[in-house]
Amino acid sequence: MASLWFWIVGVMVTAYVVLDGFDLGAGAIYLMAAKTDEERRKVIRAIGPVWDGNEVWLLAAGGTLYFAFPQLYASSFSGFYLPLMMVLWLLMLRAIGIEFRAHMEHPVWQGFFDVIFSVSSILLMIFFGAALGNVMRGVPLDANGYFFEPLWTNFKLGPKTGILDWYTVMTGVVALVTLTAHGALYVAIKTDQDLSRRARGIALLCWPVQFFLTCISLVATYFVRPEVMDNYSKHKIGLLIPIVVFGSLGVMLWANPKGKEKLAFIASSLYIAGMLVGAAFALYPVVLPARDRQYDLTIYNSAAGAHGLSVGFTWWILGAVLALAYFIYVYRMFRGKVHLGEGHY
Amino acid sequence: MDSEIIHRFQFGFTVTYHYLFPQLTMGLALLIVVLKTIALQRNDLVYHQAARFWAKIFGINFVLGVVTGIPMEFQFGTNWSHFSKFAGGVIGQTLAMEGMFAFFLESAFLGLFLYGEKRLSPTAHWLSSVAVFVGSWLSGYFIIATDAWMQFPVGYTIAADGSAQLSSFWALVLNPWAWWQYAHNMSGAAITGSFVMASVGAFYLLWGKWPEYGRIFVKTGVIAGVIFSILQLYPTGDAQGRMVSIHQPVTLAAMEGLFEGRTAAPLLIVGQPNEQERKIDNPVEVPGMLSMLTYRRWNAHVLGLDAFPKDHWPGNIPLLYYSYHIMVGLGTIFIAILVVATFLLWRGRLYHSRWMLWILMLALPFPYIANTAGWMTAELGRQPWLVYGLMRTSEGYSKTVSAGNGLFTLLGFMGMYTVLSILFLFLVHREIEKGPASEPALVAAGVTAVR
Repeated sequence: MASLWFWIVGVMVTAYVVLDGFDLGAGAIYLMAAKTDEERRKVIRAIGPVWDGNEVWLLAAGGTLYFAFPQLYASSFSGFYLPLMMVLWLLMLRAIGIEFRAHMEHPVWQGFFDVIFSVSSILLMIFFGAALGNVMRGVPLDANGYFFEPLWTNFKLGPKTGILDWYTVMTGVVALVTLTAHGALYVAIKTDQDLSRRARGIALLCWPVQFFLTCISLVATYFVRPEVMDNYSKHKIGLLIPIVVFGSLGVMLWANPKGKEKLAFIASSLYIAGMLVGAAFALYPVVLPARDRQYDLTIYNSAAGAHGLSVGFTWWILGAVLALAYFIYVYRMFRGKVHLGEGHY
Repeated sequence: MDSEIIHRFQFGFTVTYHYLFPQLTMGLALLIVVLKTIALQRNDLVYHQAARFWAKIFGINFVLGVVTGIPMEFQFGTNWSHFSKFAGGVIGQTLAMEGMFAFFLESAFLGLFLYGEKRLSPTAHWLSSVAVFVGSWLSGYFIIATDAWMQFPVGYTIAADGSAQLSSFWALVLNPWAWWQYAHNMSGAAITGSFVMASVGAFYLLWGKWPEYGRIFVKTGVIAGVIFSILQLYPTGDAQGRMVSIHQPVTLAAMEGLFEGRTAAPLLIVGQPNEQERKIDNPVEVPGMLSMLTYRRWNAHVLGLDAFPKDHWPGNIPLLYYSYHIMVGLGTIFIAILVVATFLLWRGRLYHSRWMLWILMLALPFPYIANTAGWMTAELGRQPWLVYGLMRTSEGYSKTVSAGNGLFTLLGFMGMYTVLSILFLFLVHREIEKGPASEPALVAAGVTAVR
């Protein structure tokens, strides 16, 4: 049962990154791609009706993690105290950047909210990437299952790590580039003319960096944590994951210049899913590795009681089906290119 | 400063601030459904436009509710990790269900409700407002069920490692404490929504602008307000109080400022608790009333604080006492105002009674104060327990997060929330000044062509 929940949480996190990833990425390219007020309103309009629903995946994944793995929730959230608080503040700034821009009808303040929205989106992507880096690298858990990481120590991979070291900064940049391309493709789909062209151009520019960083980060992860290969050598099926990752990259490179943004966007989503599922596959059954391996948190020592997990599965399925139905309905209602002049933004 | 204080203060501060927004969201969601229903039934353009106006206020308010709400879920783990480890196997259920059942529903349909009016049929748009209402009220239930478990733990067993684990899902979800607390809390939210609507309506009537909207807002606010402010007292408030008297008698004694138990206990209206001398200074009281309310007998014996060991007393008795008395006092005043306003409405004089319109307009902050005081009563009254009878507050906070790091984020939240408050007041004020039926708003909604 705990294994099942490991994968459910993994899928929810993946859903969050794929979905909120494109509206974060739209924020990253916002200042570069959208030059006029009309173009900026179009970008905001493209994500306006959906960004909040996308962000709910973060909350729902958090809640699910909380009930399925209370020990993990307690350790990781208190251990990552400072960066999580900063994520919260950035999420606040970003939300008011998106939502309150339209209410401020003054060009000076609109410019201010534009910068707030874009900068907070960029920082959030780096933080999320660094968070994944921290999980892959392992944290200084003690015998009680707790730790506390400062923001940085000496940027090296010693026993006393900080949130940021060379490895996690790198994973932060991987996330930034990946989601920027992802968001650019989304904007390219949802808009037209110059704006769409510029967005596609940015996605194309991101590609070589994304490819290069993917290769580097896979190698670096192996050096930081050689155990990541264990599951791959035991279960050959895992080798499908790198095929998906690099295949998706290939499709992105091929589809984008041909004007097939939708296909490129789907490939980008698959790439993100492949990277995250690959990370989860490498970790399983560990949920939070310790720098000192004997203190690893695993699905065995951090899951909730069996009764709770099985009852939870019943309502979770129901909730997930409903959520999926709402998402399909909402995205269908707002399908097609964005037109200004419907409601606000 | 010691870190327990900082963790408590940060959670208390952020949750108190957060709840300023959902109470209006939940209250307004209901009233917007009412406006939309009337609009649809009578095919009335003014009601349609009234609903659009409130949807805008709702939208601003909702954003702040969301962004200040995310920290609440996070802080269970960041600031209360020992509590989370202990209780996550139980209350994680209700918190996760809130995400799966309430937030997805609410966020998906709010997008449709705010931006989809032209894409949806009138009925589908009405349905999306209902979905937002249901989502926000469901969300309230899951949070109350979580708090109810902390007040009155049910449906759990203690596992070998000392943590609480779920043993009965239905006991958790149907916790009797949750039902009454939910009814009381939602009625409180509806009161906030009613007063805000009536207040804006009174402002327009006093101003002399958009009188047809002013009358709708005042009427809707006053009628909903009088219903919910009476429900707030009876049966919900009464039932909640009696539950406290049965399951948390020491809390009841502290709320009432009853240092010594007595028969025919009086109900204190005003007075200041004096902990040193264990008495109330300057009391104004109604004899026998507390016994009557608690046990339905004038001369029943009510236990005082002296009946309980001091380490079971709530930590801050004066603040608990004041919170409770402010809540009850304001609730009583609301009933008085709204009954008089309803009478005037019935006699057809309300829209011209400038004194009553002034009262309604200026009453706006008080339901917020009453709701906040109510929550402070519930949560201070639970002390010194984090989970009643199972875990003390001093055992639950994150021991690995130092006071310095805690203070850093507390100050950060204070700064951030100051900015949010300024923005919120500015934007809502502007929407209210622009009014429900200014020319651009009507053009945007496509109404001017029709009228």
